[in-house]
Amino acid sequence: MSMTTTDPGVNRPSAALADDILLGWLRKMLLIREFEIRTMAAYQQAKIGGFCHIYNGQEAVVTGTFAAINDDDPIITAYRDHGHALARGMDPRHCMAEMYGRVSGCAKGKGGSMHMFDKPNWLFGGHGIVGAQTPVGAGLAFGAKYTHEVLKRGPKKVCLCFLGDGAINQGAFHEAMNLAGLFSIPVIYIIENNGYSMGTAIHRGTTMHDKLYKKAEANAIEPIEIDGMDVLNVYDKFKPYADMLREEQRPGFVDLKTYRYQGHSMSDPQKYRTKEEVGEYQDRDPINSLAHHVLSQRECLTEDEFKALQKEVKAQVKEAVAFAEADPAPDPEAELYSDVYANPQPNLSPIRDYVEGAKNPLL
Amino acid sequence: MPATIETPKPDFTHTPSRDGDRVIQFREALREALSEEMRKDPRIFLMGEEVAQYNGAYKVSQGMLDEFGPERIIDTPISENGFAGLGIGAAMYGLRPVIEFMSWSFSLVAADQILNNAPKMLYMSGGQWGCPIVFRGNDGAGGQLGSTHSWCIEALYSNVPGLKMAIPSCPYDAKGLLKTSLLDDDPVFFLESERMLGDKAHVPEEEYYIPFGKAALRREGSDCTVVSFGRPVHFCLDAAEELAKEGMNCDVLDMRTVRPLDLDAIIESIRKTNRIVVVDQSWPFASVASEVITQVCEHGFDWLDAPPVRVNSDDVPTPYAKELEAAYLPNAHKIAQAVRTACGRA
Repeated sequence: MSMTTTDPGVNRPSAALADDILLGWLRKMLLIREFEIRTMAAYQQAKIGGFCHIYNGQEAVVTGTFAAINDDDPIITAYRDHGHALARGMDPRHCMAEMYGRVSGCAKGKGGSMHMFDKPNWLFGGHGIVGAQTPVGAGLAFGAKYTHEVLKRGPKKVCLCFLGDGAINQGAFHEAMNLAGLFSIPVIYIIENNGYSMGTAIHRGTTMHDKLYKKAEANAIEPIEIDGMDVLNVYDKFKPYADMLREEQRPGFVDLKTYRYQGHSMSDPQKYRTKEEVGEYQDRDPINSLAHHVLSQRECLTEDEFKALQKEVKAQVKEAVAFAEADPAPDPEAELYSDVYANPQPNLSPIRDYVEGAKNPLL
Repeated sequence: MPATIETPKPDFTHTPSRDGDRVIQFREALREALSEEMRKDPRIFLMGEEVAQYNGAYKVSQGMLDEFGPERIIDTPISENGFAGLGIGAAMYGLRPVIEFMSWSFSLVAADQILNNAPKMLYMSGGQWGCPIVFRGNDGAGGQLGSTHSWCIEALYSNVPGLKMAIPSCPYDAKGLLKTSLLDDDPVFFLESERMLGDKAHVPEEEYYIPFGKAALRREGSDCTVVSFGRPVHFCLDAAEELAKEGMNCDVLDMRTVRPLDLDAIIESIRKTNRIVVVDQSWPFASVASEVITQVCEHGFDWLDAPPVRVNSDDVPTPYAKELEAAYLPNAHKIAQAVRTACGRA
């Protein structure tokens, strides 16, 4: 078990990265943060329905891990998925339109906040049932490995499968870890450990909550722990780990310690934690940390440029909201009975025939 | 963007004769379908409990490990929710998995994966990712296996939109329907029967495909339409034989797929018979028979001269004792009695 914490100056792959890459990360994290602020506002105005889970505080997780892998590596996650979609490259207009239930949403308004899918960017969802994505993640990695080894096509890949700490106790995850270890499947389970499964603190629901890595070891998976509040640290620790797993084509398990600033969902009064606790993490805010690094340590960004970047991101998200506001609702006649079957045929339903849907806006 | 590889469309125009002397078992017909398609499409793999080294718990996959190797014939631990979900991910990635449940009874622990993920993925993703996967295994009472191992899942699972369900009654159909399932782009739930795997009949050596949603008329008669699925089709034919001696002649329709459901064939038959009995091995409440009769009433009410009659398994957990199990399952006696009722001759 390799326990890793921030140790500046030693083996930092991020030190070799160009300034533009770090500035790209900063922009990405600002975009996610601003997007979520607008999402909360739209939710409060009842423009967005259903369950809606906000990513604020956890931005360094997706930013740092995605930077360490390839664009054609498959990604799958749970329902707190807006950050994953944006970090992977989904146009915020299609992400916001999906939450508005509009026809230009990434799932044409059929998925909602919890079901962000982006085929061009290899994002296999956004999944609503806690832990259900973990065997599917093993299957994506299995598919990639089979394609490489049996079909002799495609490169060695890893699949990043994200889950919250609350999903650790689902049977599906234990079965998935056993299969991944047994078959040596290159799926990397990334526990976005924000300390709470909804309102239940991790020690109240999970055995050995401070030694989660042992659960991976029990399944022949070599684990790693990473402090997820600092994107440079996430990248520096995750990059060599992911490279090794890709090369050796075997599974991984990352206890990635992070924190969500907002409630579990938009309807959470948060009586299970104190404002002081939230404040302690906000003092270590991942965006502020990276901004400080590029402004004061690398000195590759000036204060004026930072302000301009923030302004640009705000404008982009504002435009995404305007896009969603103006986008039409899906037409039930055309879309209710489409995309149910890839190969629709008569007599599949007593109600009416299924049809092929309009082309997805991302395709 | 993940590459899309087109799967060839099945050729339904080639329909070799059902008569011949190439007599093989139902399980061999299944194996032949799997092997033929696996030879053509390297994306297809078979995964499940005891499918490889043990040569199949019910010998469906006997010899396939030798031919296709451990990369494509894959033994799993007893972990249905895990390997069903793994198959779904592999299907989304572009492979064509065949996931064997030793029994569909064991699929219940994988219900979240097979009902919540496979059939909904295309819709949830707005048409981006479908799930071309075949789940197959033994359905229905195997013979004194008791209540937890004797599931008939057809009513429960066919309720879910997004999946297709095939249920062959004979070796010829087993091959043709499974081959069609392997080329379909949607999740197919393929229901076999432990009690039929040893059934022998002529199966053409050549390749052929049977379309979904096309019932087969197994026996012709003008007095009553008898509709069934899978194994009970044989009980219907036994009953029809018995009833013929009493001067009552039945159309016996083998539906072959539950979803799609060939309502057109049923309506065509009741236009002639004006009476219908539906036999399905699910429990009666919200059963496949309930659905068939509802659709018949919606679309063929004017053709009926008598209320439809259903024959299901009895409305209790499957019992163990031989006599109780025999009393519980649909059988020729119950079906014959139902036809007499439908024909006003009870």
